[in-house]
Amino acid sequence: MSKAETTIEVRDLTKYYGDFQALRGISFDVHRGEIVGFLGPNGAGKSTTMKILTCYMAATTGTAKVMNIDVTTDSIAVRARIGYLPESVPLYDQMVVFDYLDHLAELRGVPSSKREAAVTHAVEVCGLGPVVAKKIDELSKGYRQRVGLAQALVHSPDVLILDEPTSGLDPNQIIDIRELIRSIGKEKTVLLSTHILQEIEVLCDRVILINGGTVVADGNFDELYAAHPAAERNLEKLFRLLTASNAPTPVAPKAAAPVDASKYLPPESNAAPSTESSES
Amino acid sequence: MNPILSIAKRELRASFTSVTAYIVIALFLLIAGGLFWLEIFNAASTELSMRTFFTRAPFFLAFFAPAISMGLLAEEQRSKTLELLMTLPVTDMQVVIGKFLAALTLLAIVLGATLPYPISLASIGNLDWGPIIGGYVGLLFLGSAYLAVGVLVSSLTRDQMVAILVSFFCCFLLNTFGELASHTEGTVAEVLRFISTSGHFENVSRGVIDTRDLLYYFTIVLLSLSGASIVLSRRRW
Repeated sequence: MSKAETTIEVRDLTKYYGDFQALRGISFDVHRGEIVGFLGPNGAGKSTTMKILTCYMAATTGTAKVMNIDVTTDSIAVRARIGYLPESVPLYDQMVVFDYLDHLAELRGVPSSKREAAVTHAVEVCGLGPVVAKKIDELSKGYRQRVGLAQALVHSPDVLILDEPTSGLDPNQIIDIRELIRSIGKEKTVLLSTHILQEIEVLCDRVILINGGTVVADGNFDELYAAHPAAERNLEKLFRLLTASNAPTPVAPKAAAPVDASKYLPPESNAAPSTESSES
Repeated sequence: MNPILSIAKRELRASFTSVTAYIVIALFLLIAGGLFWLEIFNAASTELSMRTFFTRAPFFLAFFAPAISMGLLAEEQRSKTLELLMTLPVTDMQVVIGKFLAALTLLAIVLGATLPYPISLASIGNLDWGPIIGGYVGLLFLGSAYLAVGVLVSSLTRDQMVAILVSFFCCFLLNTFGELASHTEGTVAEVLRFISTSGHFENVSRGVIDTRDLLYYFTIVLLSLSGASIVLSRRRW
């Protein structure tokens, strides 16, 4: 994997919301062809990191690069290369599905000659055929989620950043979406957050576990289980071990970049106030 | 297509798929029509003109422009679509200008809908079109200033009710500054009269297009829209 092109590069990101420190120096790399699961309790800093990577907000310190472009110095170029599905699906309720996707494709710079094909393709892969002519506020939650996903990939971006892409879907839809993400992940980079641990196991090549604004584990499953034998090769146990408030001090895990192990020591209290919406 | 036009087009279509646009048009036509016919049936007036309409219209515009602009950015924030808009390869200023152009187009449509009044006047007698064209141009300039202020206010809140009330307050203040200072002398009064929209509107509606008046409207629009763009990008600092 180390030979593949680095598509996301995050170094020592910190973020303060007023007095509250949401990120305490996060660093990781993601490569082309990887599907990386971004895991952690609510309020750990997953959405904050994603918002910084997608140029929605700025980090307090540290750097983030997407496709080797810095998110602060050339934000427009970064934004042209990513597809983003925020946690709260951003839809214009009064629009027809096709018009919505067409509008987003246009704003994302898909040339008009290719736009119809791009929208049709996104409709097809997200299974939106039956609702393409419907108004968005008539759709069920599952379809709304899929429209949100379709807008994120309509311009076939190099990097897809998905904040809880399968929330609110039924088991059949979840399996369809996973298939879709898996096929995209072959050529592109996918960074997704979820609370469904089983989803990480079947979908992701690698896990980045964050807690209290720091990376507490980063690696593929074999590496993680080898570093934490107490987890007994069980992701749920590993999650509890590393993120529960009474968890023992974790051993410094394998990291993408050479880092100081002391950074991974958990903060004083893990019961940090949640900055994300509390739904899980 | 240019992203500005794409955003403007979406916004304009959205206002016509909701009831907002129709309510604004209907209310404006009702009030403008009332003003217009009162003048016609007023026995004292012997000449054909729309003077009453153009003297009262700036005041009503101070109500109607905020109704058009209130949702522009507030609604994007409430429905969380702003997060998407801010992560598209589009600059904040392009978003703001797109929104402003949509509102200005809607206002132009509303004003255009009152054109049957002067046309019907012209059919019954000899109408001097000069002041009427000047009046409409003046209303468009004035409306641009009000709408730009409305866009700025709309960027500051996610609540449309707050947006319309605060914008109304600002537009009303801009409109009445001049009258408050009209009987006083001195530098402060001069400055107040210059900041106020009313004097500039009177100049334009008399058919006098002075660069100072144009500069005035241009400055208000530019300052307000830049302000809105800064409000949107403050997250990224």
